[in-house]
Amino acid sequence: MAAERDPPPAGSVGHADLREVEDGEDLFVSTASTLESSPSSPEPASLPVEDVGPSSNGPKPAEILLDDDQEDLFAEATEEVSLDSPEREPILSDGPSPAITPVTPTALIAPRAEPNVIMVSGMFEQSLDELEEEAAGDSFDIQISVSDPEKVGDGMNAYMAYKVTTKTSLTVFSRNDFSVKRRFSDFLGLHSKLASKYMHIGYIVPPAPEKSIVGMTKVKVGKEDLSSTEFVEKRRSALERYLMRTVKHPVLLQDPDVLQFLESSEWFEEKQQQFENLDQQLRKLHGSVEALVCHRKELSVNTASFARSAAMLGNSEDHTALSRALSQLAEVEEKIDQLHQEQAYADFYLFSELLGDYVRLITAVKAVFENRMKTWSKWQDAQLMLQKKREAESKLQFTNKPDKLQQAKDEIKEWEAKVQQGERDFEQISKTIRKEVGRFEKQRVNDFKVAIIKYLESLVQTQQQLIKYWEAFLPEAKAIA
Amino acid sequence: LIDIPDALCERDKVKFTVHTKTTLRNFQKPEFSVPRQHEDFIWLHDTLVETEEYAGLIIPPAPPKPDFESPREKMHKLGEGEASMTKEEYAKMKQELEAEYLAVFKKTVQVHEVFLQRLSSHPVLSRDRNFQIFLEYDQDLSVRRKNAKEVFGGFFKNMVKSADEVLISGIKEVDDFFDQEKTFLLDYFSKIKDSTAKAEKMTRSHKSVAEDYIHISATLNSLSAEDTTALKQWVPIGHGKVEARVASDQELKLTELLRYYMRDIQAAKDLLYRRARALADYENSNKALDKARLKSKDVVQAQEHQEQCLQKFNKLSESGKKELTSFKGRRVVAFRKNLIEMAELEIKHAKNNMSLLQSCIELLKSN
Repeated sequence: MAAERDPPPAGSVGHADLREVEDGEDLFVSTASTLESSPSSPEPASLPVEDVGPSSNGPKPAEILLDDDQEDLFAEATEEVSLDSPEREPILSDGPSPAITPVTPTALIAPRAEPNVIMVSGMFEQSLDELEEEAAGDSFDIQISVSDPEKVGDGMNAYMAYKVTTKTSLTVFSRNDFSVKRRFSDFLGLHSKLASKYMHIGYIVPPAPEKSIVGMTKVKVGKEDLSSTEFVEKRRSALERYLMRTVKHPVLLQDPDVLQFLESSEWFEEKQQQFENLDQQLRKLHGSVEALVCHRKELSVNTASFARSAAMLGNSEDHTALSRALSQLAEVEEKIDQLHQEQAYADFYLFSELLGDYVRLITAVKAVFENRMKTWSKWQDAQLMLQKKREAESKLQFTNKPDKLQQAKDEIKEWEAKVQQGERDFEQISKTIRKEVGRFEKQRVNDFKVAIIKYLESLVQTQQQLIKYWEAFLPEAKAIA
Repeated sequence: LIDIPDALCERDKVKFTVHTKTTLRNFQKPEFSVPRQHEDFIWLHDTLVETEEYAGLIIPPAPPKPDFESPREKMHKLGEGEASMTKEEYAKMKQELEAEYLAVFKKTVQVHEVFLQRLSSHPVLSRDRNFQIFLEYDQDLSVRRKNAKEVFGGFFKNMVKSADEVLISGIKEVDDFFDQEKTFLLDYFSKIKDSTAKAEKMTRSHKSVAEDYIHISATLNSLSAEDTTALKQWVPIGHGKVEARVASDQELKLTELLRYYMRDIQAAKDLLYRRARALADYENSNKALDKARLKSKDVVQAQEHQEQCLQKFNKLSESGKKELTSFKGRRVVAFRKNLIEMAELEIKHAKNNMSLLQSCIELLKSN
């Protein structure tokens, strides 16, 4: 057995060590995650895998590998009992994941003594189940990708926005598949928050990628050369690894800052986008309605002018009946002209003005969303400040300046309060916005409905009048002999 | 019996299929079709106008050149603006433009058809040799058309005509009938020209309004597609379509009518001018005869000439009177028909529109 327990390769050391530190509950979780992140996972052995696959809701190969290893252990134990030597060969030859520490398997093996005798597949299911139970009922499944680097803004104020896509079946998230746009400073911000929360109690928080002034300036300035593209790609990849490492840490994954970083902006971003679209549409509509009003007025003028011309033609006409008919036509057209004018009023007051109002209202909505971002920034700034104060305090620990130390401690308290307030404010404004947006939407739909019904009714009236006029004209036309 | 059952549009040229069914024996077959271009119609018209024999007749006005400029321009603009519209909007606008294109097409076919039908129903013109060739000759007519002399001849004649106008309005009219006709026609012509222009403008505005409704409906619909209330049609696109139909029917029945009669009256005026010129010739020949008598030279010639002129003038007057009388009748009948049809269409469209709008209101209210 010891032979299999080769010292883990350097790369996985950190993880393994980390795992040892955690309490027993996390042991199983960590094992699974260790295996998952192990880059050189060989293909699972043939025998056990198929059995496990369907029954365990398609665990990932990494998880199977875990069981593979456990099965290894059991296999060894049960060698004499059920397994053939040839079967055993391939299993053993796979080799264990190098990251398994002596601690883990022992802990697992002990309770498994009895089930050893049972079929391999049965053991698989059990071990997996237990793992899953230990991991708070979640199948440990989260995939993060960072993609689509997009330059936002111009000049020295520009920044790269990255799309962070999360695919997961974890229940702590409300959706399975979602993405947000984040910029580099957001990643840094996340890290500094996590660091200040967890490092001082001993957790190793994965560091964020380094800043690079030169690299970023090139991008800002807009140099489209290979070094800039490389820089962006390097950064993108680094950000992705950083996030993956962070979420692999079971404690960090549960942290609200991490959750929010990945997801909770979703609703707000969606809504913001929606309002952006709505804004555009309304403006377009407003433009079209204004064109309508203009054309309708033109139509009215042209109808009136035609009416006059028709009257003159009627006067000129020497056939009496036709002459009269033409005069009547002129009258009808005059009345229609009136109709057009009235309709144009309706177009304007019922429709166009409403749209104008809503375009302006949406500006207010957008401002509210902006304010939320400002509140968020304030909160972030407070958190940064707190961290600084904490750092200052820890520095002062080693100097002999008790009053400065006290001051530092006071300042920390002050900023802790500010951070709390900031968080509360942000939550509050977010809640309020959700409610307000709901109210606004309802109001808008209602307003529009009412206005449009009125407008359509005005159109109907116009049509009724038209029918009246033409029906009156018809006999005149027929009377031409 | 002549009709144009078929027409093709090839790039800029329209090819008409002229179909004739006849019992007249001077044709080779009882039924036949030939392909003709617009220029062929013009050639036929011009030859008829230049035929001395028909000076006393109102030659039906030549059909105007097929004009796809307006829909083509709009189609071009639509293509440019495609990016800024939703798919639905673009599709609807395209549909409308295609309908407009089709309407122009129908119009031009109709006007060419009417030209031929007028000819075939005229007792004298229907027997014209060139008309027969036009209907029957199954080869391309362009060879005959390209007779440069004819083209130039027509051109000069038009120029001469406008000089005559001045001359003729000064001539004293001997006949009450013609005197009245002249006054009437001149006045009527200017009025109808004005009415035609105003009607055109009115129709164009109407079409713009219809198009605006299509844009508005499409935008509203895409707005409501994102809405949670799932209202499908705030303002039905149908409304825009109906308005477009109203505009185009109005154009067909009213504007086209006015346009046609404007041209017809011009043809009637042409007849008057020809007659007036004959009168002028006659008066000149009288003067020449007097001169000849004074000089006692070429008296016989002068006398012959004078008699010819008188004959011509009388012939023109006689046939002219007939033509102008039947013209009035024709005009009244055409106006009556078109005005009735227009009123009926307006009523139909308004009723359609109303039911469309009302069902939309119902839907909105019930939601």
